[in-house]
Amino acid sequence: MIRLFANANYDFIKWRRWAYGLTALIIVPGLALFLVHGLNYSIEFTGGTLIQVRTPAPVGTDRIRAALDVAGIRDAEIQEFGAPNEYVVRTRLAAAGTRAEGTSEATAAAVDSALAHGLGAGQYTIGRTEAVGPKVGRELQGKAFLAIFFSFIVTLIYLAIRFEWRFGLAAVLATLHDILTTIAFIRYLNLEVSLVVVGAVLTMVGYSLNDTIIIFDRVRENLRKYRRQNLYEILNLSINETLPRSVLTHGTTMATTLALVLLAGEVLRPFALVMTFAIFTGTFSSIYIAAPLLMYVEKRWPGQDARGARAFRPAGTVPLDSAQPPSSPPPGGSRSKAAV
Amino acid sequence: MFTTVRSRLIAIGILLVLSIWALIPTNTTQRVRDATTGRMKDTIIRRVPINLGLDLQGGIHLALEVDQSKGPVPDPADAIRRAERVVRTRIDEFHVTEPVVQVVGNTRLIVELPGEKDPARAKGVIQRTAFLEFRIVDMKSLFRDALPEIDKALRQAGVKPAGEASPAASVTQLFGADTAKAKAKGKAAKGKPAAKDTSDANAPGALSSLLFQGQLPGEYLVPEEQVPVAESLLARPDVRRLIPRGIELKWGNEVSSRAARSYRALYAVEDRPIITGEELQDARATRDPLTNQSVVNFVLSRRGGRIFERETGRHVQDYMAIILDDRVQGQPPIIKGQIGQRGQIELGAKPLQEAQDLALVLKAGALPAPLTIIEERTIGPSLGQDSINDGIRAGIVGVALVVLIMVVYYRWSGVLAVSALTLYVLFTLAGLAAFGFTLTLPGLAGLVLSVGIAVDANVLIFERIREELQHGKLVRTAVAEGFTHAMSAIIDSNVSTALTAFILYLVGTGPVQGFAITLIIGIAASMVTAIFVVRTFYMIWLQRRPDMATLSV
Repeated sequence: MIRLFANANYDFIKWRRWAYGLTALIIVPGLALFLVHGLNYSIEFTGGTLIQVRTPAPVGTDRIRAALDVAGIRDAEIQEFGAPNEYVVRTRLAAAGTRAEGTSEATAAAVDSALAHGLGAGQYTIGRTEAVGPKVGRELQGKAFLAIFFSFIVTLIYLAIRFEWRFGLAAVLATLHDILTTIAFIRYLNLEVSLVVVGAVLTMVGYSLNDTIIIFDRVRENLRKYRRQNLYEILNLSINETLPRSVLTHGTTMATTLALVLLAGEVLRPFALVMTFAIFTGTFSSIYIAAPLLMYVEKRWPGQDARGARAFRPAGTVPLDSAQPPSSPPPGGSRSKAAV
Repeated sequence: MFTTVRSRLIAIGILLVLSIWALIPTNTTQRVRDATTGRMKDTIIRRVPINLGLDLQGGIHLALEVDQSKGPVPDPADAIRRAERVVRTRIDEFHVTEPVVQVVGNTRLIVELPGEKDPARAKGVIQRTAFLEFRIVDMKSLFRDALPEIDKALRQAGVKPAGEASPAASVTQLFGADTAKAKAKGKAAKGKPAAKDTSDANAPGALSSLLFQGQLPGEYLVPEEQVPVAESLLARPDVRRLIPRGIELKWGNEVSSRAARSYRALYAVEDRPIITGEELQDARATRDPLTNQSVVNFVLSRRGGRIFERETGRHVQDYMAIILDDRVQGQPPIIKGQIGQRGQIELGAKPLQEAQDLALVLKAGALPAPLTIIEERTIGPSLGQDSINDGIRAGIVGVALVVLIMVVYYRWSGVLAVSALTLYVLFTLAGLAAFGFTLTLPGLAGLVLSVGIAVDANVLIFERIREELQHGKLVRTAVAEGFTHAMSAIIDSNVSTALTAFILYLVGTGPVQGFAITLIIGIAASMVTAIFVVRTFYMIWLQRRPDMATLSV
């Protein structure tokens, strides 16, 4: 039988300041870049056109650029897309400056006719065309923001009902951390932020919360089970107990996202990359951010579970009942499940 | 309820039968392009009844909105509802299968044409259902009088006349006789020669050298190859400023050829329509039995009739341009007398077909307000097929890895989880099919991802069982407690994920909604399989081996 991290007994909480530092090292430069350069939004958000072209043999982006230049389309971005004979031509309304509503569609037609002249009709096939007016883009930006905001509110309420508001606050702050690191990640790789990527960020919100909740659920249980241990120890104990599950679940989820990154094609790749990163950051934050934050919140606004959080023991101090292994169930330990 | 193995197996059996029933391939008609003729035709094929999104099967998605840029529309919500009907009939006329025409919000119209492989044709269909208006032609030739000024401005701006072979006179009288006729009617035509003289040089004007006077006042013919030049000149701000107040320029819809050259007509019309398609109720093409002429009879609304009566009374003997989608349809007919609610457009000796086309334009073009395309997505069918192939390949590899991890780590219990996983995939697909949801490319990714997440519930349960076993509990108790103790974590985590997915569904559009739906159905299915089905498997296993001392977990 393979058992990973069975009876693990790491002091995770001790490393919280290192974890804060590490995460700040990722977030701060990423956010600075984000504030200076913004993100690489897809045309869904900026408005504009996207045309995916496939040629029988590679022609090079230069030839496509030349064809577009002749037609006077100078503000287009041309990229190879997945294969050397696949190209994506993008024009953004924001880059083009003041353009009237509805002209993105005309631009798509103009690109098509420019290619027909430059490459010759029949020398290319158009895989997809997208043309989005600026109004739609603005709406989507608002909607994406609203979606993240509402998912916060809703989970906060749900956790407040199921646990307690302190748990909810810690979980939501950890999720906020995940969103910041993910934005930094997107910025570092300069991934294109499309609606699907926003979907990935929201899924990450769900996944990371999920992970935090699993640990918090164990904290809730252990708080009832081990009446005499302080919060610091309970948090460490709970993380250690759920560690095998974390490793396994992240293993299986990572297997699927990596398969998507490598095999699912260019359209889904940004989504799959963000999800892969999300698994890292979600796991990291559940352990190193959410749990210490819960301790901090309990210290700041002590609730009935704030046991010893106000003056928690430094690591290494022997708790009163640590003579017996934490695995042996104290009497009445299983009544914790009455809540379900 | 499901306390016995038998009742549990029956429940699983019912779910299984329902799922398979939902996924049995059915006959559906699909439009395919005939390879030899290039036309679309219906074929009946058997396929699994899961709706594929446009991004997977190819097709066209359009979002249209009431165009308020040219002036406010009094009731956009009503306008878009009426536009929906018009667009729907138009699409039906072209026999696209399973189209979606849907009003979203209060102002937006979504048109989806799955499987449509010819974007130009489809867009043509939609765009032809456009804005209809009647406008009086520039009878006083105000635009013509302004031409010298425009030429002067262009000369100052350094624009050189394009066609070197163009005649020297500013507005060349291409058809002497016709123009004379038009002149006789045009009251203000007398002042024209003087205006012509004011052009200070003999050099041809940049704009006027492109225009030839047509048969009617306000009608100008532009050689087909010069149309883009004329268009760009007319779009210049300094030129637009000089176009007389109350006049707008509209291109004609057809090309006429005279003396081996083709010309496109440009009409100077009043900027205010005397009536729009909103007031038009019906139009029919007939052939007058007495004169054998093609005519189009049209009927206006009561209100429209009153307006039309007043306006036509003021404009007897004027020409009235029928403008559809900013293009003047045919040659403007003359208003012979006051017209009320019922009117007639005479097309003379032209074939009946042309009258029928015009009637269709009037009827289908009777949109209460102009529409603009604000979003367009076209996915080629081959790209969609590639996406499906890539997605399935990634899915198989991903799922295979999950199976490998589970079986290696949890051995026989892992095998149980994996068997439940096949049920999970089956249930999820059946859920998509049964509720008529659409599988999109992100949805496919969501499905693959959810397989990885779906085993989480089993991982939680198995880890819990291991812990209980470690505490020295008997196999049977350990299994029972493992399930009950893992339950709160499973429910809390799944509900919170489902809540985020639900918000994503509310906020997202098209493909993203497909992703959210797949995730929600996947979560529901994984709860059923991971908890209920795997539990049942354990029950059977323990029943068969009551003496089992060690559990393969």
